[in-house]
Amino acid sequence: MLNGHSSPISSAPPTDTAELANRIRRHALRMTSIGGSSHIGAIFSMADIVAVLYGGVLRVDPERPDWPERDRFILSKGHAGAGVYAALAERGFFPIAKLDTHYANGSELSGHVSHRGVPGVELSTGSLGHGLSVGAGLAYGARLDGAAWRTFVVLGDGECDEGSIWEAALFAAHHRLDNLIAVVDYNKLQSLTTVDETLRLEPFADKWRSFGWEVVEIDGHDHRQLTEAFTSIPRRPDAPTCVLAHTVKGKGVSFMEGSVLWHYRTARGEEYMAAVRELEADR
Amino acid sequence: MRDAFVRALTALAEQDPRVMLVTGDLGFGVLADYARRFPRQYLNVGVSEQNMTGVATGLALTGRVVYTYSIANFPTLRCLEQIRNDACYHRANVKIVAVGGGLSYGALGITHHATEDLAILRSLPEMTVVAPGDAWEAEQATLAIYSQPGTCYLRIDRAGAGDPPPDGTTFELGRARTLREGRDISLLSTGGLLGQALAAAESLALEGIECRVVSVHTLKPLDSAAIFAACSETGGIVTVEEHTVIGGLGSAVAETCMESGILPRCFRRIGLRAGFSSIVGDQTYLRRRYGLDAEAIAAAVRDLLEGESNSTLGVAAIREPQTQRAR
Repeated sequence: MLNGHSSPISSAPPTDTAELANRIRRHALRMTSIGGSSHIGAIFSMADIVAVLYGGVLRVDPERPDWPERDRFILSKGHAGAGVYAALAERGFFPIAKLDTHYANGSELSGHVSHRGVPGVELSTGSLGHGLSVGAGLAYGARLDGAAWRTFVVLGDGECDEGSIWEAALFAAHHRLDNLIAVVDYNKLQSLTTVDETLRLEPFADKWRSFGWEVVEIDGHDHRQLTEAFTSIPRRPDAPTCVLAHTVKGKGVSFMEGSVLWHYRTARGEEYMAAVRELEADR
Repeated sequence: MRDAFVRALTALAEQDPRVMLVTGDLGFGVLADYARRFPRQYLNVGVSEQNMTGVATGLALTGRVVYTYSIANFPTLRCLEQIRNDACYHRANVKIVAVGGGLSYGALGITHHATEDLAILRSLPEMTVVAPGDAWEAEQATLAIYSQPGTCYLRIDRAGAGDPPPDGTTFELGRARTLREGRDISLLSTGGLLGQALAAAESLALEGIECRVVSVHTLKPLDSAAIFAACSETGGIVTVEEHTVIGGLGSAVAETCMESGILPRCFRRIGLRAGFSSIVGDQTYLRRRYGLDAEAIAAAVRDLLEGESNSTLGVAAIREPQTQRAR
């Protein structure tokens, strides 16, 4: 126990991606609660995406984080960084115990994902709208090199308000970067209220299509659909792929689901314990 | 200077296939030959500087040395956060090249006046800032930043060729270059005003005032030894830059001197003080208008030395000029 928190989650490797997703959620709940940081709703909404990617889709090697042939993963919605730290620790990039330093003074695990001192993090983000351009540059470079590795970029829906996302979308389609995959965590809630009330994105899939992307719409919590989407890339030769993953913000804890409150709120005390119980029951 | 940059870049691209040029849809007539010769090392990303800088970072992270290219403030201020978070924080080999430093594009209006770029980019951690004073320095700087790890900013001016330096002259980032010796005043210049500083020194010499002229082509890291030498060996320092006086060369010199306690006997910053220039004018006109040309530099030196000789205290006098020398 650490200040009334549940015991650290053991380091036994997960048996499947559902187990990994559950562990990512439990780690992230603990990390954000211990650290007193935010964005648990945004982490939970993409936990299944990250679990399916790190649970088998991504060709990465924890022993060689700089292996040149690795797939590149970029979390462009950097505020959900705790979820990526958890996935990396589960995959053995660094000790799970390090997760408890999240958001703490003197730590390397900042609230928004940062690469310095953290093996496996490809790109530091936190200001929205940066990841897709860098991902496009990586993908362009890979193609110049004739390399087989792919670049996956997870975007938030609110993040797609940023004009730079659409600059990158134009660029990737123009250059036929079929080794680039944008995964949009489409939970329909942003910082203050719904996407619809803030800055309407619909018809969202049509926007990506009209920009020249191959779009696949899936349930972002269904591991079979996620796996199928990620393993059938490119779905169209010469086109980048947008996986529009319909998700629920706060997914996995009943009282957080679909609630904008949990973009910023930190689970503490009884709320924290109730969330832990739900996630443990879900294993 | 621009041609010198393209010439040097072409030489680099020939030697090293990792060298890439990424332009934001600018460089008409200048980059065509490069693009034709090195199609795999050239990319026009269109009018999208944020994407340009992000893509350049991604390319750099695949082991390339990537020069981004645009004019005025477009490759710098427009995408400042991409430079800071993506390029600098990842120590990416992104070399930002802006053509049209200062008032090079004077008559095009304030959107095209790059007059705060040095201050802003100098403040970014892990960033090298270079503003060559003539075509030779521009060519040398293009080569030097290729070998300098991490993110660099190269500010290219419209200044003409200038005299080629004597044979054997070497260029080193962070090492200022003395072009003329003198003991009365040191003119420390960055960027394309170097020619005006030299011309001012020439005319002052006719009056018996001998100026040391130093091209501080690298603003960061700053050559503090050259500044301390100017303090101890000459009668004072005048900094010269086509840039706001806030945060550029003059500020950098003042910071260095104040913090070290090694002070010039007198000090003045020549630069822009008037804010935005909504007056239409070419570079020559605007330099004159805002007191940046050789005549204004010479007048500032005379004024400063006169004030110095009138000073009863005989200690360092750091004063603002009394009036803007607008004509």
